[in-house]
Amino acid sequence: MDTIRIIEPGPLTTIQDKGRKGYQRFGMPVAGAMDLFSYTVANLLVGNNDGDAAIEFTLQGPKMEFLKNAVIAVTGADAAPFIDGKPVAMWQSLFVKKGSIISFGSLKTGLRGYIAVRGGIDVPLVMGSRSTYLRAKLGGLDGRKLASGDVIKVYETSNSVPFKERILPKHLIPRYKNEAEIRVILGPQDELFENESIDVFLSSMYEVTPQSDRMGYRLKGPIIEHKESADIISDGIPLGAIQVPGHGQPIIMLADRQTTGGYAKIATVISVDLNKITQLKPGDKIKFTKTTLEEAREAIIAQHKIFEELKTKPKTVQPAKLYRIVVSGKEFFVKVEEINQSGC
Amino acid sequence: MSAEYKIAGDRGIVVEFENEISEKVNSKVRNMFLAIEKSEIKGVEEVIPTYRSLLVLYDPLVINGMDLLTELKALEKNIKPTEIEKPKTIEIPVVYGGKFGPDLEFVAQHNNLSVEEVIKIHTERKYLIYMLGFTPGFPYLGGMSKKIATPRLENPRTKIPEGSVGIAGNQTGIYPIESPGGWRLIGRTPLKLFDPYGKQPFLLQAGDYLKFVSVNEQHYHSIKAQVENGSYTVKIIQ
Repeated sequence: MDTIRIIEPGPLTTIQDKGRKGYQRFGMPVAGAMDLFSYTVANLLVGNNDGDAAIEFTLQGPKMEFLKNAVIAVTGADAAPFIDGKPVAMWQSLFVKKGSIISFGSLKTGLRGYIAVRGGIDVPLVMGSRSTYLRAKLGGLDGRKLASGDVIKVYETSNSVPFKERILPKHLIPRYKNEAEIRVILGPQDELFENESIDVFLSSMYEVTPQSDRMGYRLKGPIIEHKESADIISDGIPLGAIQVPGHGQPIIMLADRQTTGGYAKIATVISVDLNKITQLKPGDKIKFTKTTLEEAREAIIAQHKIFEELKTKPKTVQPAKLYRIVVSGKEFFVKVEEINQSGC
Repeated sequence: MSAEYKIAGDRGIVVEFENEISEKVNSKVRNMFLAIEKSEIKGVEEVIPTYRSLLVLYDPLVINGMDLLTELKALEKNIKPTEIEKPKTIEIPVVYGGKFGPDLEFVAQHNNLSVEEVIKIHTERKYLIYMLGFTPGFPYLGGMSKKIATPRLENPRTKIPEGSVGIAGNQTGIYPIESPGGWRLIGRTPLKLFDPYGKQPFLLQAGDYLKFVSVNEQHYHSIKAQVENGSYTVKIIQ
């Protein structure tokens, strides 16, 4: 059903889900949400399945009108959302009335935000996914980023239980900084680098360059030297792989990465830390640290527990208290509620 | 020689065979790919076979990476190549030259051959599909005759139509989607290598072979019409 009309889309706003899986062996990139934590939490806060399609925006949130009542949640970058001009909280579900307008101020921290709508965004499945893959112009809304005037459909939710507003416990809300410590597992081709080069890689600060996008983050910092050549016989590229081409500057391969490539990969970012990377902006800095497969898996399990908790026994928002105040014969309604203020 | 196993992050394991591009090594990749597919190991999400290795992607909530590694090693040990079905050869009809292959004459001149000889050489052997990558459905083919090798264009074209067949150095390939590129274009196939909205989005798969067959322009158009209305059956040579 027509639910949202885009008034101003922002520079890069697309429809994404968990990505197009199962076709990488044919050369098909996965695409999907860049920050899978924020994306998944947004869906769970509105009672969706964790793979439902949502809106991903970059740098600036979209201005949109709701054509019917909806339940939404905004997560990810601290994007200063407003509904009908009033600031609203992120990381919790919100009831939005037909005719309301959501808009965003400028980003305070982070880079990418997610807007999930109860029911999930209704666009056709292409090869099993609703994710937009811009380079092949497929998925999402006609394979492109959202534009002014677009009308987005949302599925009717199959869940008939009255919805209670949900909130992510405050201590679980990520804090995005301009510097991130990123855990990596060395390999699969770390043996093609001198030990000193690996030390350089693990002890230096790398800066995110403006040549960073959904395909990959190109970093700038001390040169990482190969033993002989940077070239390998092309092989598969996992999400988060850190390629080092001949110039010695690392590239972190992200959602829209090509499936195969011929540059040596010094290390791979662990899954849960990809959420931090995808919130970094050009000029932000990364320090890599080495970790183990076991620790990486424990982090994935811990993250999964958060999702399970949100799914099965979500914390609900304290209901607001409504007071009627009469001043000089005029009647006012005052709503008092606990707000979810960030930064405390 | 048995494979080497490498950790590729918390969701991937690389299985590597000898460090060379050869049909022999690539057939080991194919055998291992088919063995993994058949084994239905729980937690394996997808496998990307390449020239000499496979990237096995898994869900760490379902299987521990170290357990998967043990299972893959056991699987590799028990592969019986004789029991594995032989690769297929897929026939790719191509109209050579003219507006479909604007560089065919250059390829002929460059190699001191006639246009007919270039077509004969290009169509006489079958090519192994080592892997797919670069763009969706793009086949990395091996085994083109050096007699028709031609360097890339100095100035790549900004737009190459889907289905274009080209030569770059001693490689030949097909563009599955319209894209920019520097390959010398010698012809075009009416077949769709990539059809995201079709039942089978991809025509080719790694480990199989393809063979080009020369068709005339009229035949090209009739095949193209059949491809578009879904009545075309791809010819497979066993």
